Amino acid sequence: MTPALHDRDLLIIVPAYNEAASVGQVVHEVREAVPGVPVVVIDDCSTDGTSTVAREAGASVLSLPHHLGLGGGVQAGYKLAYELGYEYVIRVDGDGQHDPRDIPRIYEALRTNAYQMVIGSRFLENDADQTSFGRSVGVRFFRIVLRPILGKPVRDPTSGFVGVNRQALLVFSRSFPLEYPEIEALVVLQRRAFQFAEIPVRMRPRLGGRSSITAVKSIYYILHVLLGVFVNVLKFDRRRWKR
Amino acid sequence: MDRLLNFMTLLSVALIVLVLRSVRRAHIRVEYSVSWLGAAVTLLVLSRSNWALDSIARLLGIADPPLALLLVVGCIFLIVLYRFSTVISDLKDANISLAQRVGILEYHLRNLHENQENPKPR
Repeated sequence: MTPALHDRDLLIIVPAYNEAASVGQVVHEVREAVPGVPVVVIDDCSTDGTSTVAREAGASVLSLPHHLGLGGGVQAGYKLAYELGYEYVIRVDGDGQHDPRDIPRIYEALRTNAYQMVIGSRFLENDADQTSFGRSVGVRFFRIVLRPILGKPVRDPTSGFVGVNRQALLVFSRSFPLEYPEIEALVVLQRRAFQFAEIPVRMRPRLGGRSSITAVKSIYYILHVLLGVFVNVLKFDRRRWKR
Repeated sequence: MDRLLNFMTLLSVALIVLVLRSVRRAHIRVEYSVSWLGAAVTLLVLSRSNWALDSIARLLGIADPPLALLLVVGCIFLIVLYRFSTVISDLKDANISLAQRVGILEYHLRNLHENQENPKPR
């Protein structure tokens, strides 16, 4: 059950790039799951009519003038939410893998605890979820890498089904990892002594479109994210030494 | 050795001419031409001054001065490339920020238009 919502309380952002096949259904499901909560689809310069489908489904659309990538789109949504004065933002991907029925639980966890970020994790209840072998290896690798940095275990560091509060919004609207944001964002928050928690959620197969992740991109992903994590740790240490 | 040094002289003169022409035609901004001109003039000086080249070779512990020249050339262009990498990164950040701002402003504008066309009842 969705708790009572105040004006400018919760905003749902849906980053989407060429997701015309799925974004309409995602918006409908979100509106069913949290009636009355505004939904903004961030269209990362799609060429397949994503904006039109999203508007017809009842969402507002923030259209980017050129393709920025996932992090750039999500950050645009965070900036908009911060400027409009929202207290909480939950990100739901436009490909339909996130089940919007879990939104109220993420919102509740954000609202009733002192967490700056709540991650919807597909592995908390079922470690052998329907994920690809490559992704599974990546997730396990980053669990090991992140454990000492974050100071606590994280089961699903690559999940994009996340909610943030206004403190995290402020940080992310100023600085947000642009290419593969999920893991680096965790480190960014942890370096500021912010708290995060995971709650179990359901993940589904994509409703449409196809994943852009290939074997070569997976290797690049791991190297890129490792470097990003390392740089974020260094940034923090330098700032601490200057104090 | 002379042939290599002459080639380097020609290369550096060609680079200076090319950069100056590009600046004149506004293909390169003046501030970004400085790196290229600095690199080209350094090459020109080293390729024409045996004393300078020998000194650098001795300093680096290289017996063959042309080899020292190639090493210096490599280092200079690495520095120029590094400088342009930082410039490109700054430009990309600014570009992303601008694109986000344009998107957000368009979002506000569209909402304003919609509110004007369908005012909410008070």
